[in-house]
Amino acid sequence: MKPPPLLVHVAVLLGAAFAAAYAAAAADPQPTRQRELVSMVRQDCGSCHGLTLAGGLGPALLPHALAEKPVDSMVATVMNGRPGTAMPGWSRFMSEPEAEWVVRELMRGFPAAGEAR
Amino acid sequence: MKLARLLFAVPCAALLLAGCASNPAPRGTGDLGLIIERANGQVAVVSHTTRERLATVPGLGDLSHAHVTYSRDGRYGYVFGRDGGLTKVDLLRARIDRRIIQAGNSIGGSISQDGRLVVAQNYDPGGIKVFDADTLEQLSEVPAEYAPGQRAKVVGLADLPGQRFAYALFEAGEIWVTDLSDPRKPRTQRFTAGRQPYDALVTPDGRHFIAGLFGEDGLAMLDIWHKERGVQKILAGYGKGEEALPVYKMPHLRGWAVAGGHAYLPAIGRHEVLVVDTRTWQEVARIPVHSQPVFVMARPDGRQVWVNFAFPDNAKVQVIDTQERRVIDTLEPGRAVLHMEFTPRGEAVWVSSRDDNKVVVYDTETRKPVAELPAAHPSGIFFTSRAVRIGF
Repeated sequence: MKPPPLLVHVAVLLGAAFAAAYAAAAADPQPTRQRELVSMVRQDCGSCHGLTLAGGLGPALLPHALAEKPVDSMVATVMNGRPGTAMPGWSRFMSEPEAEWVVRELMRGFPAAGEAR
Repeated sequence: MKLARLLFAVPCAALLLAGCASNPAPRGTGDLGLIIERANGQVAVVSHTTRERLATVPGLGDLSHAHVTYSRDGRYGYVFGRDGGLTKVDLLRARIDRRIIQAGNSIGGSISQDGRLVVAQNYDPGGIKVFDADTLEQLSEVPAEYAPGQRAKVVGLADLPGQRFAYALFEAGEIWVTDLSDPRKPRTQRFTAGRQPYDALVTPDGRHFIAGLFGEDGLAMLDIWHKERGVQKILAGYGKGEEALPVYKMPHLRGWAVAGGHAYLPAIGRHEVLVVDTRTWQEVARIPVHSQPVFVMARPDGRQVWVNFAFPDNAKVQVIDTQERRVIDTLEPGRAVLHMEFTPRGEAVWVSSRDDNKVVVYDTETRKPVAELPAAHPSGIFFTSRAVRIGF
């Protein structure tokens, strides 16, 4: 027996809402993990991009420097690196949602060491 | 040559090093040093005789990747900060003598043969700047403009005999040698080096300048005594076409890598230390190590080479015996080991652990820790014995 069309719609909508809520939760790492990521970005990305992210051998990662760049391509750069440059991929150390969180935080102005968002 | 043993009677009010007596004991500078505490923008003044912090000097700005070069009397440390700050720190009075902001993004500096010129190497604006070592007045600059309107980041600056400095240009793939006999009128020679030089060293005799290349399997070597021969590639193809591993931290090169007729060099993107004969510049061995080397430093007598490693394998230090050409010890001083510094004659080595907020002092013979000093996210450790060495 087929369910009534209205029920299908409600189920789909509820499912979509849950999926969205889940995605948002997955995209924002837990505070402990956020602090780890902040430390990794400041200290280890900082080896080339500077502790203040104002640039070094690698380019600046401050909001004004990133404003025009598409998020997707920045996430891809973080995950896979950029061949022909000194930028390595960091997929060993973070998931793609975490890389996206890092990119979005960089664009907002990155948290200080020891802080989560 | 002995370090000048200065006899400074320090006024009581400013006195931090000798205790606040009415007639403080004079002291020399030969056993002093600075430790960069990068999180707080401060430096610790330390003694490697008593293995203690004598004083703390704050107010030095952004000290990520900070470097120190010393006046020839060992009294002043010139601290180059990432933010372009150049701070002249008086180790005896434990205070800032002078401080300027000389660039937007700086990576280090060096001092001239006669001790009168301090030269900064900068990423932004790319080039070098020349300062009077007493006053920090700027005397001249050499923009690293390798093509019209294009400036490169300068890496690997080293002082050479004859008031000259050699350095490499990352984007340009060149080595430049600048003569500062007339410090207001620099004269510069350019040499093609290879793809993406990331750091460089000069051998302790000031003769061979060697730049590591990120973009190639090999290093670029310029014989300063025979510049007309141009740059020679050494260790070309040391990776033999194998794909290099991702590099999470660039290695550092300096004259400490040369000992006993051999140079010990980090292989970029590989878990190896390369050994080169400095007479023939041929590879004689490669030594497998724990991970990608960052600092490869010979103990002053050349019998041991100590190695630390790039993220994420940076909690270990390995010791190579240069006679056996193999790792004889693996130590775990703490998390995120960023730097090491030997005492002038090598009985001890100081190791900084950034994430455990400490500096650990090892006896190099027993390789046991003999002291530990708390420090706020320490990075570089710089002893005044650098003052009397070419290339530091």
